[in-house]
Amino acid sequence: MTDVQPQDDAGATEFVSLVAGKQSFCIKITEIREIRRWTPVTSLPHAEHAVLGVMNLRGTVIPIMDLAAKLGLGSIEPSTRHVIVVVAVQGRTIGLLVESVSEILTVTNDMVRETPAVRREDATRCIRGLVEVEGDLSRILDLGALLGGEREEAA
Amino acid sequence: MNDSLKATFFAECEDLLEALSSGLAVVSEGAHDAETVNAIFRAVHSIKGAAGAFALTDLVNFAHRFETVLDRIRSGTLEIDAEVLRIITRSSDVLADLVEAAQSESGAIPEAMDGLVQSLTDLGEAPAAGGAAAADAFAFEPVAFAPICLDLPAAERVFHVAFTPHRALYENGHEPARLFAALAELGAVEVRCDTSRLPELDRLDPAESYLSWTIVLRGDIAEGRILQVFSFVEGLCDLTVDLVDEGVPHEPPALLVHESDGTDKGGAHMAPVDTPAPAAGPVGAAPGGAPKAARPATPGQPAAAPAATLRVDPERVDKLINTVGELIINHAVITQKVIASGIPQNSDLMADLDDYRHLAREIQEGVMAIRAQPVKPLFQRMARIVREAAEATGKDVVLVTEGEATEVDKTLVERLADPLTHMVRNAVDHGIEPAERRAAAGKPLPATVRLSAAHRSGHVQIEVADDGGGLNRERVLQTAIAKGLVSPDAKLSEAEIDNLLFLPGFSTASTVTNLSGRGVGMDVVKTTITSLGGRLTIASEPGRGSVFTISLPLTLAVLDGMVVSVGSETMVLPLASIVETVRPRPGDFMPIGPTGTLLSIRGAFVPVVCLGDVLGLGRHEIDASRSILVLIRTETGSQVALAVDGISDQRQVVIKSLEGNYRAIQGISAATILGDGKIALIVDPDAVVAMASQTPPLSPLADMEFHNDRRAAAG
Repeated sequence: MTDVQPQDDAGATEFVSLVAGKQSFCIKITEIREIRRWTPVTSLPHAEHAVLGVMNLRGTVIPIMDLAAKLGLGSIEPSTRHVIVVVAVQGRTIGLLVESVSEILTVTNDMVRETPAVRREDATRCIRGLVEVEGDLSRILDLGALLGGEREEAA
Repeated sequence: MNDSLKATFFAECEDLLEALSSGLAVVSEGAHDAETVNAIFRAVHSIKGAAGAFALTDLVNFAHRFETVLDRIRSGTLEIDAEVLRIITRSSDVLADLVEAAQSESGAIPEAMDGLVQSLTDLGEAPAAGGAAAADAFAFEPVAFAPICLDLPAAERVFHVAFTPHRALYENGHEPARLFAALAELGAVEVRCDTSRLPELDRLDPAESYLSWTIVLRGDIAEGRILQVFSFVEGLCDLTVDLVDEGVPHEPPALLVHESDGTDKGGAHMAPVDTPAPAAGPVGAAPGGAPKAARPATPGQPAAAPAATLRVDPERVDKLINTVGELIINHAVITQKVIASGIPQNSDLMADLDDYRHLAREIQEGVMAIRAQPVKPLFQRMARIVREAAEATGKDVVLVTEGEATEVDKTLVERLADPLTHMVRNAVDHGIEPAERRAAAGKPLPATVRLSAAHRSGHVQIEVADDGGGLNRERVLQTAIAKGLVSPDAKLSEAEIDNLLFLPGFSTASTVTNLSGRGVGMDVVKTTITSLGGRLTIASEPGRGSVFTISLPLTLAVLDGMVVSVGSETMVLPLASIVETVRPRPGDFMPIGPTGTLLSIRGAFVPVVCLGDVLGLGRHEIDASRSILVLIRTETGSQVALAVDGISDQRQVVIKSLEGNYRAIQGISAATILGDGKIALIVDPDAVVAMASQTPPLSPLADMEFHNDRRAAAG
């Protein structure tokens, strides 16, 4: 959280960048409710394998998903070093298990590159665009496509 | 805006109808006094008045006839005998139907209405002492600019009513003509319109109130009734009601159309037209007699209001209940942490924590009490069901209720209405024998259906008992065999035969009557009760009658559960479905088929279902030395033993939905939060048993992928 550059441009959006499956992703800061340490969850019967279970977020039962597994990047073996990013999508609150959260990025519209057409995979289907950060690439996650399953990405 | 007004109207109607039926209940016991009759009258009158505002013609017309009869009872010109009681009770039912029809905007007219209208009209038109009979025939013409005189048969008392509407009266959609029409129902009226304040046409503000009226009202009228007519426009007009003549009819005094004697009253009348007149102070002398009452119509003067109540959006209460649930969980979490930190049990902190617990419980009870409602309205509705069922079957039945003040969660009261209706109908239709047979058996007439409610150890118990012939077990068994529900050579105990009633597709009625036997069987009743976390049991004695007992949790927000461990997970089994827990001996297990196991218990064989297996929480061997069995009774009445790894506690848990943020999970009804802050899943035993008897379902993952693929292919 070092490179926060205050920017008042109309087109600027703040993103939180994080690492899952050894790739860098970022989520719009307005979609994030809170970030907390991993605590053991209660597993659910017959859940898809990316769903680790449910946990108690101040009285609300929220499902926790392994973001890497959800994106098909192998699963994370959760430990206290890992972090849960609590996001709100389409009226639901969901926790995403990630390897780490790195920084807040301020991104203007012209910095966002379109995702090149590659093979259809969960990982690419849910990526809305790319941002270059200090030589590295961060993938902007489309949480609606990732978790909602209702919205289809533009073909 | 209009919708919210209407919603308020219907909410009020509900209260009024309730007041009406409780009043009628008192009357039917013969214990009524003048105030009871007044209360009934007021309820009908208020419904009529408000219904008029929404142009609910059927309702208004019916309420009006009903009111006329009630008015005669009130004035003592009509005695309440059995026939009158029957008519007014049926009328209150029809009134409730009309309100319901208006609410659902179905426009349906209750079948019984036409006949009742005739009966009511007959009762209402019997020789009256006052001018009440003429009121019906009175049709009011809207007041034009000219004074209108209406001469109707004169009666004992004469009132002068001075009525000056404010601008706000019209703005709120009131119509003076309606008020006069309502006055005309009380007695003979003469209405004079004072047009003196009308400005020239070119200066006329169409929204301003320029007119005032003087009404001379004759008849045997209580002053309160006049004020009642104006109760909806309180504060929106200047109103004075003077009793000018207490004696026998005589010529009315000259009407003062225009007061200009410079008194305070005149001031109000002469107020400049463009500023609404302020409410006039008490009026001084009125012509032709001592003023009996003169008061400015002001809001906030409750007219014999019932105990003040508060209408609250149930969602707010639910939110509060939720938060209090959190508070209690939070307390448990803190306590656990404090103990873990090694603070001695007798320290101040522990004492404070104890106080915290007491306070939290108190708040919880208080909040639950907000949702709690007495079962009285529900029972009152049942009185009507009994009446209708008795009428339809030609049986003579009375309903006796006990424990009407017992409070139950609002949702439970609502959801109980249908099952209870069905049970009460059944009691009258199937339970009570026909009169001849009762007489032959030397049983009293009328027959009794007893409806009672009571709190019993954290549960609400509701009983429907009849003093009829009891269950004909032989016929029940034969029907069940004929329908293939049990095998012909089955040996069933009495209790088992009784429970056949709850099987789907069972109905003993040889003929389908208009009442019961409409396809909704006792199985549906049973399912509804079970879904509310309750139990339904039956006890019957030949010749003496049957008792159906519903046992329900006090609220739907918490559940009595048994905390069990399955593998590494903690789960909760609802106590309502648990029969007993068993620690089996090795010899109690019998294998059946390649994987199945039966438990031999007291001579019966019960299938064993491994909870962890069914829920996919890893492979568990049923191990007689380790497993603990929880014997549950399913919806169908059969028993199943669930194998778990341990039982740790029995407690109340706060129910949390899983569907809000995730989705429904097969075999799991909800979740709860334990003292350590961890989530435990609440098992749905019936679903688990159903899952165990099926081949393993498709995993949700495969299912979801399939749907995604299909959607992608389609898009």
